[in-house]
Amino acid sequence: MAYLDLSALEKSYGANHVVKSFDLGIEQGEFVSLLGPSGCGKTTVLRMVAGFETPSAGAIRIGGQEVTHLRPNQRNIGMVFQAYALFPNLTVAQNVGFGLKIAGLPSREIALRVADMLELIGLPEMGSRYPFQLSGGQQQRVALARALAPRPRVLLLDEPLSALDAKIRVSLRAEIRDIQRKLGITTIFVTHDQEEALSMSDRVVVMNGGRAEQVGAPFEVYNQPKTRFVANFVGTLNALEAIVTDPGAGKVTIQGQPLRLPQAVQAQAGAVLTLALRPEAVHLHGDGDISLPARIAELQFMGSVIRVNAEHAMGVIKLDLFNKPDTPPPAVGEDIALRFWAKDLIALD
Amino acid sequence: MKRFWAWAAIGVAAVYFFLPLLGMLEFSLKMRRGEYSLDAYASVLGDPQFQASFGYSVIMAGLTIVFGVLIVVPTVFWVRLKLPRLRPVMEFVTLLPLVIPPIVIVFGYVRLFNTSSWLPLTGSALGTDFLLLCGYAVLSLPYMYRAVDTGLAAIDLRTLTEAAQSLGAGWITVLARVILPNVLVAVLSGAFLTFAIVIGEYVFAALLDRPAFGPYLVWAGGNKAYEPAALAVMTFALTWGCMALIQAVTRFSKHTRMPR
Ligand SMILES: Nc1ncnc2c1ncn2[C@@H]1O[C@H](COP(=O)(O)OP(=O)(O)OP(=O)(O)O)[C@@H](O)[C@H]1O
Ligand SMILES: [Mg+2]
Repeated sequence: MAYLDLSALEKSYGANHVVKSFDLGIEQGEFVSLLGPSGCGKTTVLRMVAGFETPSAGAIRIGGQEVTHLRPNQRNIGMVFQAYALFPNLTVAQNVGFGLKIAGLPSREIALRVADMLELIGLPEMGSRYPFQLSGGQQQRVALARALAPRPRVLLLDEPLSALDAKIRVSLRAEIRDIQRKLGITTIFVTHDQEEALSMSDRVVVMNGGRAEQVGAPFEVYNQPKTRFVANFVGTLNALEAIVTDPGAGKVTIQGQPLRLPQAVQAQAGAVLTLALRPEAVHLHGDGDISLPARIAELQFMGSVIRVNAEHAMGVIKLDLFNKPDTPPPAVGEDIALRFWAKDLIALD
Repeated sequence: MKRFWAWAAIGVAAVYFFLPLLGMLEFSLKMRRGEYSLDAYASVLGDPQFQASFGYSVIMAGLTIVFGVLIVVPTVFWVRLKLPRLRPVMEFVTLLPLVIPPIVIVFGYVRLFNTSSWLPLTGSALGTDFLLLCGYAVLSLPYMYRAVDTGLAAIDLRTLTEAAQSLGAGWITVLARVILPNVLVAVLSGAFLTFAIVIGEYVFAALLDRPAFGPYLVWAGGNKAYEPAALAVMTFALTWGCMALIQAVTRFSKHTRMPR
């Protein structure tokens, strides 16, 4: 059994079924993100692990011990909140030492551990300040240190970065991940930002309507989405309509051009099938199984990447080109050919 | 022109309010014939009955504050956290002491807790003191409740509570180390109001026959000439002192706990 094991969790508020048959095993030291749109139940799952909500059914185990009905203060779980939630009447050092004091550690030991934690979050000089004297990013780092100081078994973070501005958000991402690796602490990170989830996690859980739609490494979730929802929610997608010609062999045609998908198709011959294609799988130059004539409708120069909207006979395709200094980008209105490989097409259920 | 009438209105109000006070102050200084003196004040402060009744009321006020805080803070905390739908009910209940005359409340007490009842509190001095304490707590409830409720509204109660719990704190620790320190300013302003109310209260103390400051004030008013004026001035000063302290505490807190 995994170190942190959630099995068949359910949660209802009255008739509102918020979390449905949720299963997840997290290994010790693993960093797992819960990713999903607003209201999909991410926070509810996290709060059940923390003990602030009682599951309607199912069990939560940590290191083999069942904790489903333990009170939050008996679980030894660290939690970081979106709103920082530092105690405004205590200094930074007192905040970080709060859990240690409650645990009854001698004050010399508390002072040492607090100094260590402040060192870890890169704020060694700030111990005597009050929370209102810190920036948002600093406050959130203190909140992290406070959660980690009592050496919890599991660390939970509920959108810890979404109250911060873009630049700090990105740098704090790396910092949190770094600290997590250093301490080897088992972590669940809740976010609705796919970039955050993909860039930080060992594994991502994509949630929809209270269910885990897919669990996997970021590479896997992005490149092999199992459902239409996952494909759409994680990254940008182009949808292409294909007509099935030979379902068993995976043969279809796109705008009259025949091609063979890597796997069989669950549809009858003659049926219309929607295929998905990532922007980075489309090229303007080189080879491809398919070549669709199109015209450039819009072009955004983003630096290392050029984002292009190209109109073809049946719609618009978004594609990303790498910026190459010696090849100027195409111009708006230019006629081009969109090329891609059959293996990059994702058949969605 | 508009300005003039505004100032005129303020002036009339000020005269209406301050003139009697000034008169009283002047009178309280006239005990010695032909010159101003503090004789009346000295006489009051030297009166053992004054010392006893004032001391008694100060102690009762202190106990009422502690009793009120212990009842109100956990209750408001719990209602805000777990039973927010009960808040209108709480509002209503805490307004009742303003609507029901104290004399009705105290008659109710006497009926319920007299010597032939199931809980004969009025049978002993200590029991009656406790009854008086409960009465004072009821009287100050509207003020204490509102002060604490406002204080708790200003902090992110739920998240702070959950943060403390996840760090291992039980309910008592949450209340004592997280909630109370963060609503201390509000609690203090409620406490000063309570103090002012208890010091001047007459009906409860008189009908329960306890040696409090209120009944002493009334007795002195009927039996002495200059001392009652001195007492009134002192009581006013005390009440205003309490109000100044509320202001000071509120101001002080703004310096230490600015919003981000
Ligand atoms: N205490 C509650 N009582 C009733 N319904 C609730 C309660 N808490 C959450 N819900 C409902 O449960 C659903 C899931 O909420 P949850 O907070 O878990 O979503 P979330 O995925 O964290 O969303 P967000 O990204 O907006 O934070 C929502 O529809 C919400 O309205
Ligand atoms: Mg949430």
